[in-house]
Amino acid sequence: MATLELRGITKRFPGVLANDSVDLKVSSGEILGLLGENGAGKTTLMNILYGLYSADEGEILIDDVPQSFAGPGDAIAAGIGMVHQHFMLVPVFTVTENVVLGVEPVGPGGVINIKEAKREVREISQRYGLEVDPDAIIEDIPVGIQQRVEIIKVLFRNAEFLIFDEPTAVLTPQEIEEFFGILNGLREAGKAIIFITHKLKEVIEVSDDIAVLRRGAMVGGADPATTTEADLANLMVGRPVELVVAKEDSEPGAQVLTVSDLVVLDDRDQVAVNSISFDVKAGEIVGVAGVQGNGQTELVEALTGLRGVAAGTVTIGGKDVTHATPRQIHESSVAHVPEDRQRSGLVMSFSITENMVLDGYYHEPYSSGIKMDWDSARSKAEELVEQYDVRTPGTEVAANTLSGGNQQKVIVAREFGRDVQLVVASQPTRGIDVGSIEYIHERIVEERDQGAALLIVSTELDEVMALSDRILVMFDGKVVAEYRGGAVTAEEIGLAMAGAAT
Amino acid sequence: MTAAATTPDAVIVRTPAEIKRSRYLGITYLFLAVVVLWFFARWSVDLGNFTFKLARPTDPSAPDLTLSAGRVTLIVGVILAAMGGVQLARGFGKMNNLVLAIGLFLFIFAFLGWATAQSSIGAFSMVGMMKTTIVRSVPITLGALAGVMSERVAVINIAIEGQLLGGAFVAVVVASPLTGGEDPTLILGSPIGGWIGVGAAVFAGMLLAWVLAVLSIRYVVDQIIVGVVITIFVTGMTSFLALRWLADNPELNKGPIFKSIGIPLLSDIPFLGPVLFDHNIFVFGSFILVAFLTFLLFRTRWGLRARAVGEHPKAADTLGVNVYRTRYLNVIIGGAVAGFGGAFFTLGSVGRFDENMTNGRGFIGLAAMIFGRWHPVGAMAAGLVFGFADAMSQTLGILQTGIPSEFLGMVPFIATILVVAGLVGKARPPAADGQPYIKQ
Repeated sequence: MATLELRGITKRFPGVLANDSVDLKVSSGEILGLLGENGAGKTTLMNILYGLYSADEGEILIDDVPQSFAGPGDAIAAGIGMVHQHFMLVPVFTVTENVVLGVEPVGPGGVINIKEAKREVREISQRYGLEVDPDAIIEDIPVGIQQRVEIIKVLFRNAEFLIFDEPTAVLTPQEIEEFFGILNGLREAGKAIIFITHKLKEVIEVSDDIAVLRRGAMVGGADPATTTEADLANLMVGRPVELVVAKEDSEPGAQVLTVSDLVVLDDRDQVAVNSISFDVKAGEIVGVAGVQGNGQTELVEALTGLRGVAAGTVTIGGKDVTHATPRQIHESSVAHVPEDRQRSGLVMSFSITENMVLDGYYHEPYSSGIKMDWDSARSKAEELVEQYDVRTPGTEVAANTLSGGNQQKVIVAREFGRDVQLVVASQPTRGIDVGSIEYIHERIVEERDQGAALLIVSTELDEVMALSDRILVMFDGKVVAEYRGGAVTAEEIGLAMAGAAT
Repeated sequence: MTAAATTPDAVIVRTPAEIKRSRYLGITYLFLAVVVLWFFARWSVDLGNFTFKLARPTDPSAPDLTLSAGRVTLIVGVILAAMGGVQLARGFGKMNNLVLAIGLFLFIFAFLGWATAQSSIGAFSMVGMMKTTIVRSVPITLGALAGVMSERVAVINIAIEGQLLGGAFVAVVVASPLTGGEDPTLILGSPIGGWIGVGAAVFAGMLLAWVLAVLSIRYVVDQIIVGVVITIFVTGMTSFLALRWLADNPELNKGPIFKSIGIPLLSDIPFLGPVLFDHNIFVFGSFILVAFLTFLLFRTRWGLRARAVGEHPKAADTLGVNVYRTRYLNVIIGGAVAGFGGAFFTLGSVGRFDENMTNGRGFIGLAAMIFGRWHPVGAMAAGLVFGFADAMSQTLGILQTGIPSEFLGMVPFIATILVVAGLVGKARPPAADGQPYIKQ
């Protein structure tokens, strides 16, 4: 029976105390759920454990023997394996090549014994029920299978302690169920597992023990048998959190967005959105659920004018905008919260003021002729920062100094801070803390109640279910199912997301 | 009996990109057919026969190939038209690339046939042209290999031209004083001094690569800028030294020329023997390097790690692969290959250094690397295409087609551009190409 223990781990980054004297312990045959918001220090802690960072204070013990890791190589040798949140797989390599990379079985002259490697991959995959094709190329296989490859990779290195960093973030509900099955199998095989997540339900479902991190410090533990989601949320955020979005029934008005037979191609000229039709009415939130990569990104880009439309029409407020430019669409009172806030939502090195007027800098009152009026821009920014509760030292600091949640609030403030008839929001709460999620959800419902039409695209099923008055499920570029909000279970949507409804 | 029922016609699902490409290829075939029928066939009717010589004049072992120009061009034109029709109607599926290769071969064959028939000579040495193709491809292939080694670990090497030129200069300057005088014993076609010159060229290539590696890996300077600067530096430096130093000391610029070695038995094969197996050590060296580097990159532990570093350095790092060391090593090996290629210009060819004698071959090598999709074999294939273009424009010059030879020399390049646009499509470089790796 092996145990892994962290004692008094402290890590400081310039200006931030990322880990504050953290203690943690996990033993063979046990799953420890490590819960915390984004930025709570979970990833830093695990990177220390994996040898990527070194701790300023504290020690790592395996079976009560202190360890020192100069790099991941040492941690791997000590039996620690990590399944990273962003998979560390080479997309153009085969499953086998990815598994053996770094510890290749070789013959004379450094020639890889690929047959032996495949045999070992097959053996591990059979022993732990991780079905994969050793010859498949990574970029051709679904994310759920890629995760299995990551697990096999770790087991191939004889890991006894497995760390999973946000493993469910990229999976469909069915894949998550399968993944929990795999976790239980690993536990029964005597592995010690640390399961990092911010999803309360999951941690209660699979863990034997729960530890909660908040602002770098361990704020307590909980017994999964007796705790509730509300208790955990309270611990995690430090105050009671409203987990359910409070909203009245919708009163849909006139059609605002009408999409008919829309076809959109992706960057490789493949059909990404395959002839879909739907509408969104005033005073209604329509949620689009689906596993990432089923055409949602292309759909949103087409609706906002960022991507050409191959066929079909898009009408907003009775005006045909199928081939309109982004600015024309923007000026038809459309707000867009983009999927990737750092790449397409903000200019990260610009100040908050500059970011706040990105959509209106070219007209009064922010500029006249060729001259910007920074005073009016600044006062507008200050007003929005105040109104949307953006936590920042001032409006002149660069966007990249804010936390993810506050960056997202800047975008929401800019986009919602004028009269809009349609909101297109993609992953509005991805990777931000529970407090900010709560806030942004309230704003979305508020927009609806003021009569806007909203299209919310999210891969977080809980989010879609909590917000939507109507739910569309996208699979393989098509809308494969439509449900009334509140009248459907996660399992039903999950099946549709996996393509079972077609 | 039931086979037809159980295996229904496989439905070929074609993506819009494939359909577009298929259409493009089809139109290209039709265009080539029109060229062949309209220009070559029409004018060839009265021209009579043409002759391709398949053996060297001294060696009558292979018969000549004599055909009627009118008939050949007519047949080729009809075949190309048919190919275009089929391609447009339903495509060739997986055979697309093979068909393209055949189509281009036929077109060039018809073109050469017409060109030969209309010239007053009426014949030319096919064996000579193919041999020239291979010789001319050597520096391009070696340059491309240097690029492959470097870019596979994600360091863009735009300094190939400089590495070739530096190798050429150093090789002759080191080899010249060591040879000459009494009749020396030859080792693989050269006195020992020639080999020392080659060694020095390899070292010079490695040194220049080391500069590239240090600046782009450790100091994270933009790799394109470093590469351009190295090339400009070497061009300026060698030109200066050639004018100011070699001009006054001609004995330093009189290197040995590596002699051809005929491989026993193989070089006696008709046609193929002289084309492939009777060359100097640089040609054989480039063949061996292509095979060896392919093996290294795709069969060994070292190659797997190198490719991982070029595709996803962070993944490699988390698995304990030393990203920096791998990059240094590969870039420097690439430099060694380029240095060897540089020695070809002097010791493998004319025996003396002339100002800027590489004349852009390094940049063509860079293009060959991309056409060859970052694969050693592909790099060689692309190198041969360029070598062929070179050899053909030389041949056309001899044949005096009436059309300016410079203009005819463009034909293969135009064909190359068409092929690359249609066939290669979007070549995909190593995913991390050009991105420095910064450890957190």
